[in-house]
Amino acid sequence: MEITAIYYLVPALIMFCCGVYGFITRKNMIAMLISLELMLNAVDINFVVFNRFLFPEQMEGMFFTLFAIAIAAAETALAIAIIINIFRAAKNIDVRSLNEMKF
Amino acid sequence: MESVGSIIMYFIVALAMIVFSVMAVTTRKILRAATYLLFTLFAAAVVYFMLDYEFLGAVQIAVYAGGIVVLFVFAILLTSRPGDNTERLTSKSRVLGAIAAVATLAIAGYALVSRCSMAFAQKPEMEAPDMQAIGTSLLGTGAGQYLLPFEAVSVLLLACIIGGVVIARKR
Repeated sequence: MEITAIYYLVPALIMFCCGVYGFITRKNMIAMLISLELMLNAVDINFVVFNRFLFPEQMEGMFFTLFAIAIAAAETALAIAIIINIFRAAKNIDVRSLNEMKF
Repeated sequence: MESVGSIIMYFIVALAMIVFSVMAVTTRKILRAATYLLFTLFAAAVVYFMLDYEFLGAVQIAVYAGGIVVLFVFAILLTSRPGDNTERLTSKSRVLGAIAAVATLAIAGYALVSRCSMAFAQKPEMEAPDMQAIGTSLLGTGAGQYLLPFEAVSVLLLACIIGGVVIARKR
């Protein structure tokens, strides 16, 4: 049995769909952020797989994933700072109940 | 032709990735969701190792598993009591989410299987990129080299540090 590109793409696709499901159904902001990380990570896997299977002599996909990881770390840190600030002001982080612009 | 060991390894990793990502979005305890996210990220790192990108796998473990998940755990413990369950989902939002996820799965899966012949490409031979090649292309200015994005990311991280401090400090 030969492990071709699709064997890696299908788990990544299922991971992305889990992220979509979680992002729509979750109400807690941190849980939504976790779903977002799942989606980002699935896309990273796709970049690496296409790089490895189609253009093995180049490293573009690998570097794109590297920069995507760095930006994901920055984005998560800022998002968590915002979430903690919202928690301090509103005492919860449920997106359905945050409907005021000013506290 | 792969060895039997690497095929077994592949199936373990693929199964772990699918199962833990499903559990991360369906569990009702938020701290468990973060733990399952950690396992999913480890499975992705193993995929990078299996595809011969050792540096990328190490970065994935160090930044995602070591940095981001720890940030998540801190934020969860600051904003909720451990042992809290999230509210039960209303069936409306669950149906909406399931429709969106299944539609994405169906469309992308159909496109992948029927329209994308390169999805069945064999794995070509490649010597793993060594640290010297990675370093020169990360810090070079020629074609296919990445000094400018590297510096842009460093400025972005600095802005992110300052922004995080300014947003989260007490007034």
